[in-house]
Amino acid sequence: MYSNSYVFRYAIIMVVIVAAVLSTAALLLKPAQERNIAVAKMQGILAAAQIQATASNAVDLYERYILEEIVIDPEGDVIGLYKNGEFEIGDVRAFHLDLKKEQYNQAVGIDFKMPLYYADINGQKMYIIPLLGKGLWGPIYGNIALGEDFNTIVGASFGHDKETPGLGAEIEEAFFQEQFIGKKIMDENGNFVSVQVVRGGAAMLPVSRQIHGVDAISGGTITSNGVSEMLESSLKNYIKYFKKQVNI
Amino acid sequence: MANQMKEPLFSAKNRKLLTDPLNTSNPITVQVLGICSALAVTAKMKPAFVMMLSVVMVLAIANVVISVLRNGIPPRIRIIVQLVVIASLVILVDQVLKAYVYDVSRQLSVFVGLIITNCIIMGRLEAFAMGNKAWPSLLDGIGNAFGYGWVLIAVAFFRELLGSGTLWGYQIIPNALYDIGYKNNGFMILPPMALIIVGAIIWIQRSRNKQLIEAH
Repeated sequence: MYSNSYVFRYAIIMVVIVAAVLSTAALLLKPAQERNIAVAKMQGILAAAQIQATASNAVDLYERYILEEIVIDPEGDVIGLYKNGEFEIGDVRAFHLDLKKEQYNQAVGIDFKMPLYYADINGQKMYIIPLLGKGLWGPIYGNIALGEDFNTIVGASFGHDKETPGLGAEIEEAFFQEQFIGKKIMDENGNFVSVQVVRGGAAMLPVSRQIHGVDAISGGTITSNGVSEMLESSLKNYIKYFKKQVNI
Repeated sequence: MANQMKEPLFSAKNRKLLTDPLNTSNPITVQVLGICSALAVTAKMKPAFVMMLSVVMVLAIANVVISVLRNGIPPRIRIIVQLVVIASLVILVDQVLKAYVYDVSRQLSVFVGLIITNCIIMGRLEAFAMGNKAWPSLLDGIGNAFGYGWVLIAVAFFRELLGSGTLWGYQIIPNALYDIGYKNNGFMILPPMALIIVGAIIWIQRSRNKQLIEAH
């Protein structure tokens, strides 16, 4: 009934039409999608600073509260400072750094850059560090805000792409994130210990270590471990910078 | 032919296309299709609801597109044609969600791809849209998508309520109950419970509607 050439023509025309429709849609929608991604990034940074921003006011709040965008090199030196809409040092905004690319550079041993945000929330000064790591099914990410002592956590926010709803996905719930407030990333001797997400609960740790632990999510062990690893591997790069700041 | 032209848009036959899939020919509880996503997206109500809306969009449009094209589609590659239509629609839905309702798209990101492999959609295209006109196909698509959707939401209702103590993310079980020792049933969040709840729905449905019970 249908000749081979008809089948081929039909298939080719269909594929060309579909390709045209999809690429047009992708091109037209791209600006809106990229804006959404940037806004979501700002919301994440603000959430770590305990500011709940909606999609409509995130840009305003970001400009009001995030005073400086700082870029740091692996030696802990500042190589970029973006303040009040202009560059004071360097020419890269921390906001535009791609964490995934920087982590790759670090893994293969090339020079990499680290972003840091300095915020002033009604007089409370804090430093916000963006995080990126691996969960069970896909990437997890977040931001963690440290107080002026570069040690005490004043806020944390986490997000994920594909973690299991009700299990690993709970890392983006307030009850999990609030646990981080008041925890410390360095011990009393000033050594970096990070913050552990502890299976069975932070109470399983020795009393002296409990200040460095939070409760894991039951049924979400791999995602919880992912959060621990993400914190450890991201924060350790900043320690040199922190030590230089505290000594001054 | 003239007779068919005059058939009212919502004739008894067309209404049946919409309502049958909700009960007597339900894709999940009677045809047992789409079980895979019924397990995956029903731990919480919100993703289940968004999944239902997306499936309604994709299935309704895919049914119409295939129905319009049905006389030109070479039978030998019809499955491929159906898949291309479904996959393109799913990608479009995903892109539009990302551009205009980013929050919802974040909720759904894992599941939107699953729509492509949802057996209900291919099943309806193959069984209905390939042999019927556009309007009945549209009704059939909407009916089946909602037949799939209400089961999803019913399962999600019980799983979220008993598994997390919340509905739509809001706490329902009062704290007082937790204080006297009530605990959320963590098992409800895991996929096997979805299967058991679907089984319970099938049981209730068949005990109310005897004609669904197989002879043997």
